[in-house]
Amino acid sequence: MNPEIDTKNKDATDVSSPDQPAGQPQQTAEPARRASTETKRTAHSVTVENLRAYYGGQESIKGMSIKFPANEVTALIGPSGSGKSTVVRCINRMHEEIPGARAEGRVMLDDFDVYDPKVDVTAVRRAIGMVFQKPNPFPTMSIFDNVAAGLRLTGTKSDNLRETVHKALRGVGLWGEVKNRLNEPGIGLSGGQQQRLCIARTIAIEPEVILMDEPASALDPVSTLRIEELVEELKERYTIVIVTHNMQQAARIADTTAFMLEGELIEHGPTNKIFTTPEDERTERYVTGKFG
Amino acid sequence: MTQLAPISSRRRRTDVIMRGVLGAATIVALVPLVLVIYYLFHKGLSAWSKNFFTTDPNGNFLGYPGGIRSAILGTIEIVAFATLISVPIGIGVALYLTEYGKDSKFANVVRYFVDVMTGVPSIVFGLFIYIVLVLARTGGSTFAAWKGSIALSLLMLPIVIRSSEVVLLLVPGSLREAALALGAPRWRVVARVVLPTSLSGLVTGALLAVARGAGETAPLLFTVAFAQSLTGNLNQSMNSLPIQIYNDIQSPRAEVVTRAWGAALTLVLMVLLLNLIARAASRRSRLG
Amino acid sequence: MEASVTTVSGGRSVLERSPLHRLPDQVLQWGLSALAAGVLVLIAYFFIRLIGQSSTAFSHIGFLNFFVRDNWDVSQLQASGACSASGNAACTFGAWALVLGTLITSAIALIIGVPVAIATALFVTELCPRRFRGALAILVDLLAAVPSVVYGLWGVFVLIPRLKPFQQWLADTFSFLPFVGGTVAGPSYFIAGLILAIMILPIVSAIAREVISTVPSEHKEAALALGATRWEMIRIAVLPYSRAGITGGAMLGLGRAIGETIAVVLVIGNSPKLGDQIFSQGYTLAAVIANEFGEAASTPVYRSALFAAGLVLFVLTLLVNIIARRYVVRSTTGKRMAADVVASDTAVQGAAA
Repeated sequence: MNPEIDTKNKDATDVSSPDQPAGQPQQTAEPARRASTETKRTAHSVTVENLRAYYGGQESIKGMSIKFPANEVTALIGPSGSGKSTVVRCINRMHEEIPGARAEGRVMLDDFDVYDPKVDVTAVRRAIGMVFQKPNPFPTMSIFDNVAAGLRLTGTKSDNLRETVHKALRGVGLWGEVKNRLNEPGIGLSGGQQQRLCIARTIAIEPEVILMDEPASALDPVSTLRIEELVEELKERYTIVIVTHNMQQAARIADTTAFMLEGELIEHGPTNKIFTTPEDERTERYVTGKFG
Repeated sequence: MTQLAPISSRRRRTDVIMRGVLGAATIVALVPLVLVIYYLFHKGLSAWSKNFFTTDPNGNFLGYPGGIRSAILGTIEIVAFATLISVPIGIGVALYLTEYGKDSKFANVVRYFVDVMTGVPSIVFGLFIYIVLVLARTGGSTFAAWKGSIALSLLMLPIVIRSSEVVLLLVPGSLREAALALGAPRWRVVARVVLPTSLSGLVTGALLAVARGAGETAPLLFTVAFAQSLTGNLNQSMNSLPIQIYNDIQSPRAEVVTRAWGAALTLVLMVLLLNLIARAASRRSRLG
Repeated sequence: MEASVTTVSGGRSVLERSPLHRLPDQVLQWGLSALAAGVLVLIAYFFIRLIGQSSTAFSHIGFLNFFVRDNWDVSQLQASGACSASGNAACTFGAWALVLGTLITSAIALIIGVPVAIATALFVTELCPRRFRGALAILVDLLAAVPSVVYGLWGVFVLIPRLKPFQQWLADTFSFLPFVGGTVAGPSYFIAGLILAIMILPIVSAIAREVISTVPSEHKEAALALGATRWEMIRIAVLPYSRAGITGGAMLGLGRAIGETIAVVLVIGNSPKLGDQIFSQGYTLAAVIANEFGEAASTPVYRSALFAAGLVLFVLTLLVNIIARRYVVRSTTGKRMAADVVASDTAVQGAAA
């Protein structure tokens, strides 16, 4: 009994166990081979240029430009309805899945326009992963299959598959908790575990960017903390954009923070500055809790 | 220049093929509808004439075999009587389920059996009535139109109950409570608030049940049988469109088969009309 | 007639209603309950009477023999109800060929109809442009509005003659398969199955549509966000989630196929001899009742045998429906499934949405 607990703890905490193969140079190798969390990697930045998004006839993002620097955590804050989630959903083109919704402008992944008409949306979403507000593991799939779901789409071979899934689970600190029940359904996990499972599913396919749409808003404080710690680790390898309504959370984890109001970007700067000496008066009123 | 990992051509091909397969299957599903309607008009319209609607089948071996007047009027009589039975009972049971029974054990048993009733083949309802009313010569007759009406009403009943229940549940609870809070007794709330509010939805359900009942052949076979001439006496055999068609199909005479097509066109148009009216009524209920 | 503010005659508080006042309410409540109970009692009564009427045939041939003997041969029967040939009590009314015919035609209907119904439902809910959705759904539902006698008419005079060469081609090409080959008859198990497939398509499709539309969008988005194509999204997020409900819908379709009478009796050929391949003529339980009812009415044993066939049909469809409802209810957690009444009453459910 005891040794088992020991290994559990070890696995859960020690994410950089030495028996992992060293990360390979990015871009060249197969994605499945690159999925390891212990090495740094330069990810792609995201630049949004003059983005306009519509729901039906309603313009919800009114010409917004912003740069999300590579390997940094950028937090999007603002009152509900300010368009934070819409911006994020425009970056990986999930916005257009909503009936009647469309977007204009450019979203650049480094120097690559994801809205180029020749671009395949599935390739965009593979490069720009997304974690949703409510944990959404596939209810009919086991823990293992959930993480493997994205990999299986590309026909990853079974040996690689197992290795990559295990790595992804280690990468989100879930390995110790689930390694003995990989074949149990993913929805049997707690809310926080489910959300980490969803993050594991996202990093298993090794995207460049991870978009997080209020990933901890449905979780308890302890689970929230674990997600926040995880975000800190993930930026070593990914560019992260996180939408949050929790200003403390933004202050804790974000390198830069952007404040949005009614579909417009009001201010974007180092997190410290946004929360202490914002330039715009509306930002100040929001971060000091005067409205929103 | 940054490149995205391209999606493999195999995946793209599978996607295109599967979308194509699903779309093609939808077309395949609609082909029978188009074909049936095409042939109904193609073969049925030529049977239509003034005589067709104003004469009864005459059973002559030569010459004009007669029209379908008695069949149309018979169907209307039988179905109207079936509606008179099934709609009040159906709405009554639905009222019990929504206003009184709610989630009680008995109400759920009723719901369960009503659900199961929808799956009972119509021929079995015909047999039921044959045993209970035709063999027993109830009312001094063997085969009789009213017995057919009862068989049809058994078939229509679950449809009326289920659709009425859905519609009655749409009446907001706040509306009921507002009336009850004014001190109105429950029956008055039902009569003055619940029923009027859901009227168009109830009509929709009733019309769909009528449309279903009008096209049924098997229950009538065992309960009404067949008569050529027009009668208003519900205690006799009667002609009806489905039975007329069923009999005519088996005739060796081309003129009689043509009459079957003409009758089928008439029946389908009647049923489609009822469906359209029902849908229109339900659209109104959505707005109201 | 003295009126007091706080009491009515009898000294009751105004907060209590007089019994006379409450009467209409109670009458309504008990009346409606009795009505609901009456419907159940009636069905139970019919069922018992049907069993009673069938018992003559069962005692004539033996309960089990009715199912396993393959000798539905009414030419052996004399007006008295006795058998002419062997004098053996089990000389006729072995319904094996009818039971099997029912199963064969239903199986063909499911094999052809269910995949098309599911594909249609997927196309309507997940692929086709939103503005065509309603119209397409209504068109598919209209298949349910065509009366079965009309399908029969179309089957006899259009489908059978037109498909005869096609049936022969199938029989010749796939003659290496079991139960395929030989000379096709025209009316056949296959034609009956095909028409049944068309007839069950709307209900299976309507239920599949209903079930598929309950798949939470977060599961579909999860798949898309992983870079799944539209079809891959359907495969990994939509189909697994709705499998139970679709199975239930298919079972309800099976129930319909088993019980369908008039369209089948017109196109299956009504041969009491078990056909040796799917392009042979055959018979089903429902068809035999409709077809032989006229001759049987005057011979008690014969008539009873048809009732027995009806009883088997009733029990069979009852079982199928009970199982189907398990699936359908399980798949739509809590809320009762709406689309399972008849495909065509989705109009009402549409109004509910």
